[in-house]
Amino acid sequence: MRALLAFLLMLASAPVLAQSALPPAPYADRQIDDPALEKKARALMETIRCLTCQSQSIADSNASMAGDMRSEIRQRIMAGEQPEHIRAWLIERYGDWVSYEPTAAPILWPLWGAPVVLLLLGLLLLRGRIRKGKRP
Amino acid sequence: MRKMLIWLPLVLFLGFFGLFASGLLKPDDRLITSKMVGKPLPDFTLPPAASDRPALASSQLATGKPRLLNIFASWCVPCAAEAPQLMALQKAGVEIDAIAIRDARTDVDRFLGRYGNPYARIGLDARSAVQIALGSSGVPETFVIDGEGRIAYQHIGDIRADDVPMILDRLRNAQ
Repeated sequence: MRALLAFLLMLASAPVLAQSALPPAPYADRQIDDPALEKKARALMETIRCLTCQSQSIADSNASMAGDMRSEIRQRIMAGEQPEHIRAWLIERYGDWVSYEPTAAPILWPLWGAPVVLLLLGLLLLRGRIRKGKRP
Repeated sequence: MRKMLIWLPLVLFLGFFGLFASGLLKPDDRLITSKMVGKPLPDFTLPPAASDRPALASSQLATGKPRLLNIFASWCVPCAAEAPQLMALQKAGVEIDAIAIRDARTDVDRFLGRYGNPYARIGLDARSAVQIALGSSGVPETFVIDGEGRIAYQHIGDIRADDVPMILDRLRNAQ
C-alpha cells in the first residue's frame, strides 16, 4: 500500500530539473494559421542561431529561450513585420553571430571572392596546358 | 622559381595545420556579449514579479544615479549562488532592480524568501521578450545602467565575491 502511494505521488510530482516552470510561449510550438506566413517565419527561424545550444538554429532547439524567440518571431511576422527587419533587429542586439545568413560585410569579402579567384586561376592553368599541348 | 613552387603545397599544409592547431588549443569562448552596451535601454514596461516589490519600467532606470539591473530567475541555480554578492552590493548602497525571466510570482516569492531580496523593483518577463531586447543570452546577467539610462556594462554569469569590487568600480565609472 505504502509503495503504491509513493509511486502515485511520484507520478504527480513536477519535474525538478525543468528549465522553467512556465508552459512554452503561445507560438513557440504552434504554427501560424496562414501557411504563407508560417513559411516566411520558418525560413527565418532556420537561419537564427540558438543562444543556449549554440550550434543549433532556434527552429531545431528545445531550449526554452529558443521557444520564446520562435514565438516572438511568429508574432512579429503575424503583425506584418518583414523577416529581414527582424533579423536586423536581432543582429543589433547579439551581433552577426546570431544569424546563419552570411552578410556582405568587408570581413566576408574573401569568402565571396574566393570562388571567382579560384575559377580564374583554373582557367589560367588550363590555358597554359592547352598552349603547351599545341606545340609539336 | 619552378623549383621553389614544389614547396608550395607543404607550406600551405603547414599554414593550415598551424591555423587549425591554434584554433583547437584556444580556450572555448561561448559568451555572447550584448551589442546594446553603450546604447540606451530599450523601452519596456513589465508587471510586478514579486508580491512585495513594485513593477519595473525602463523609464524608472534613468534616475541620474548609476544602478544595477539584474536578470535572474527563481529556477536558475547560479542566481542563488550570486544572491549573497547582490545583498553585499545593496548593503554598500547600490540600487538594484531586477527582471525575472520565465517565472511565476509564487516561485519568485519563495526564491527571495530563501536567498534574500536585494531588489528595489522586480519586473516579470514571462516570455523573455525584454531579455531578447536587451541582447542578454541567459541568466544570471547583470547590467550597469548609467544615470541617463544607458547600458554601461554587461556582466555575464553569476557575480562572484571577487567580482564585487569590479562591479563597484564600473558603477563609479558610469557616473
